Amino acid sequence: MVKVSMKVNGKPVSAEVEPRTLLVTFIRENLRLTGTHVGCDTAQCGACTVQMNGRAIKSCSIVAMQAEGADILTIEGVAKADGTLHPMQAAFKENHGLQCGFCTPGMVMNALDFAKRHPNPTEQEVRESLEGNLCRCTGYHNIVKSIVAGAKAMAGAKG
Amino acid sequence: MNAPLIGARVARKEDYRFLTGSGQYTDDVALPHQTHAAFVRSPHAHAVLKSVKTDKARKAPGVLAVYTGADLAAAKVGGLPCGWLITDVKGQPMKEPPYPPLAQGKVRHVGERVAVVIAETAALAKDAAELVEVDYEVLSAVADPKKAQSAKPLHEVAPDNTCYVWALGDKAAVDAAFAKAAHVTKLDFVNNRLIPNAIEPRAANGTYSRADDSYTLYVSSQNPHVERLLMTAFVLGLPESKVRVVAPDVGGGFGSKIYLYPEDVVVTWASRQLGRPVKWTAERSESFVSDAHGRDHATIAELALDKDGKFLAMRVRTTANLGAYLSTFASCIPTILYATLLAGQYTTPAIYCEVTAVFTNTVPVDAYRGAGRPEATYVVERLVETAAREMKIDPAEIRRRNFIRSFPHQTPVALQYDTGNYDATLDAAMKLADVKGFAKRKEESLRRGKLRGLGYCCYIEACGIAPSNVAGALGARAGLFEAGEIRVHPTGTVTVFTGSHAHGQGHETTFAQVVADRLGLGMEQVEIVHGDTAKVLFGMGTYGSRSLAVGGTAIVKALDKIIAKGKKIAAHLLEASEGDIEYNRGEFKVAGTDKKKTFGEVAFAAYVPHNYPLDKLEPGLNENAFYDPTNFTFPAGSYVCEVEVDRETGATQVVAFTAVDDFGKIINPMIVEGQVHGGLTQGIGQALTEYCVYDSTGQLLSGTFADYSIPRANDVPQYQIDTRETPCTHNPLGVKGCGEAGAIGAPAAVMNAITDALGVKDMPMPATAQTVWRTMQKAV
Repeated sequence: MVKVSMKVNGKPVSAEVEPRTLLVTFIRENLRLTGTHVGCDTAQCGACTVQMNGRAIKSCSIVAMQAEGADILTIEGVAKADGTLHPMQAAFKENHGLQCGFCTPGMVMNALDFAKRHPNPTEQEVRESLEGNLCRCTGYHNIVKSIVAGAKAMAGAKG
Repeated sequence: MNAPLIGARVARKEDYRFLTGSGQYTDDVALPHQTHAAFVRSPHAHAVLKSVKTDKARKAPGVLAVYTGADLAAAKVGGLPCGWLITDVKGQPMKEPPYPPLAQGKVRHVGERVAVVIAETAALAKDAAELVEVDYEVLSAVADPKKAQSAKPLHEVAPDNTCYVWALGDKAAVDAAFAKAAHVTKLDFVNNRLIPNAIEPRAANGTYSRADDSYTLYVSSQNPHVERLLMTAFVLGLPESKVRVVAPDVGGGFGSKIYLYPEDVVVTWASRQLGRPVKWTAERSESFVSDAHGRDHATIAELALDKDGKFLAMRVRTTANLGAYLSTFASCIPTILYATLLAGQYTTPAIYCEVTAVFTNTVPVDAYRGAGRPEATYVVERLVETAAREMKIDPAEIRRRNFIRSFPHQTPVALQYDTGNYDATLDAAMKLADVKGFAKRKEESLRRGKLRGLGYCCYIEACGIAPSNVAGALGARAGLFEAGEIRVHPTGTVTVFTGSHAHGQGHETTFAQVVADRLGLGMEQVEIVHGDTAKVLFGMGTYGSRSLAVGGTAIVKALDKIIAKGKKIAAHLLEASEGDIEYNRGEFKVAGTDKKKTFGEVAFAAYVPHNYPLDKLEPGLNENAFYDPTNFTFPAGSYVCEVEVDRETGATQVVAFTAVDDFGKIINPMIVEGQVHGGLTQGIGQALTEYCVYDSTGQLLSGTFADYSIPRANDVPQYQIDTRETPCTHNPLGVKGCGEAGAIGAPAAVMNAITDALGVKDMPMPATAQTVWRTMQKAV
């Protein structure tokens, strides 16, 4: 067993884990933050996407030890403390960008990173940004609309 | 007073929890002291189990138990039942081989469960599963349905690997019509095998309570009551009252989570053996080899036409792959839900369809989004488009020459369509797709080195499967009604319990719209509860686009009872006669006066019955209803697809897709559009990217998302969609269902467009770049 420590959603956390423990397992099982999902075992689906030090990563693709000392943001840390949705989350709701909700946290976490770099993206840019995120319900149509709207809302909020 | 909610684009109630990571999917459920199961799966497609040695695994760190098929047999755990009995052409029942939850004696597909290891953690269970030693005597295997009948038998009861040969229609009439036809179009194709791949893998967490000798199973299921019925009555021999099945948030189903699966049975049974909860969550690799697959038909189809392009008859011979065992509804998919749809939107007077259903060494095949109807639509719409091209008639025009325009319409394949307007959807789709401008776009594409093609598909589907007595006569072993309950609370808020199950469809919103609209309440006053057999009185679950048409109607019937009782209470409170009370948007009024009581006042009186007709009326305001439909519903629509094919590489892109559907009345257009987008994408996936491939030894070659390509965002276009409305005539909401349409209509539209672009008669799905390129080389 090894000890890992990191910051998750702004709070310091640490636990003793087996060295082979994946970051996603650490987040789901040790921290019981179950909004981060596991949809495959080959790093294809993106349901486990979180942000590590501000960049979207697939948390199934690294072990928890590799995130030692890192700053991790999961879907549970995205809305405001009072429960108000982040503009990107609000855009998904407004544009019906989710159905069963299983891929949604990964989609949002990826979109937040993308939108920082693309404040006014085209639909095509958004589609390309979703290469690593699979959705089986929405056909992507409304996810694309959501991310375009969410990115604009984020840029607008910044002024 | 609230604005009407029927037809409003109401944002979804369920979104907040999903967007904040607060959803509760089965794998998110952590029970105290839970243990973890890992299944040992066969690496061989067909083998005799000479021995299964579990000693080493039992001694591995953290292991609590290892069970094999022999243990389950000794405990008298039964096999999994099939829910639909098909009677063959000779009047004999289909062959029903045993389907043990853990293999006994033989394994019949890669991924079949041989043993289960239960340990303190999932990782330790998986480690120990590697230590189970299985001695296999490998047998020859068959995966191709066309070769099944001459292959080594899988089951003793079916020496020719044939489950049944079944037929529908008047063969003599069809043969006579073909004999005098001016033109016959013939196609010989495969409807490619698909793997549903809901993004949430299946999961189950079973627990046993010694205190009251009861079980609870959390499971990723589309129909918890059906799961409970099948598991208790047929497999575990338990009273239903002792088993609670909870299907919490479910991350997509598309049919694959309708069925009772072996893993569900095993964790439930094992939880009692261990006295601790037993949890299993599939890895995606396991999903590929254990979730029921879809489609997999080999078909020879012929259409007979007169000289004017009028359809005279259709003749279809299909070999359907059922896989290694009969999954829960496997037998009715390539029969009852397939051959009955072969009339499509057309007046074709004579149709004959013969289906040979075979066992092969592959994962069981069952309903996948559309279930039989996509296969039927593909037959009809590929034949129609091909016939039009061969006879040099415009493909839209040949359809119009054959459209059904008088309703009700009795087809020669058992169904009676109640209503529809096929010209309306085709007109609208052609306009929206700008079919007139196609020639210009084709030229423009050609200048960029791309071949452009246009294809149509005019589909029909039969949804809201029922009535139960008709289904029963056709072999169904279950009812096909739905149940609903309205519980009005003393302060006037409402909890609605429905037997339908949502796994992305947004029932918590749509059903609340129906209830809030009828009662004149706000959306926030209505709560929808589903997915728990301990809360919901009964349910048949969600499949076949039936939730609103059947489940919604059960709710409406219960609402009617609530309003009827409310009128009695209001009449007493207002000192009026019951017949004079009207209910309108939240108020009980004495007709023609301003005397009224609000819904909340009446609810309060029902629960605080101080001024109440206790001698005539029970207190409380709680009603339930069961609804069994009188007919199927018949959603239909017209799709127009445009593709561009790269002449150098064969890479094919859907550049425009237009869908105009008739779903009857629409409650929430936003949700309906989402259902269409998703269905279209799965249909385009079948046509362009998705192919479940087995090699000749029964090994699954497409067993990861890297090999089995479900569409990514860049594979599909932004859609152009619209609706036309002919309300269903036999349910009070006038609704037909919208969940499967896209997956049913899209494959033929795409393939009609690609064959148009290439100028070829036919080519196989999926039209990957390589397949298209090869087709182009052959055509030159």
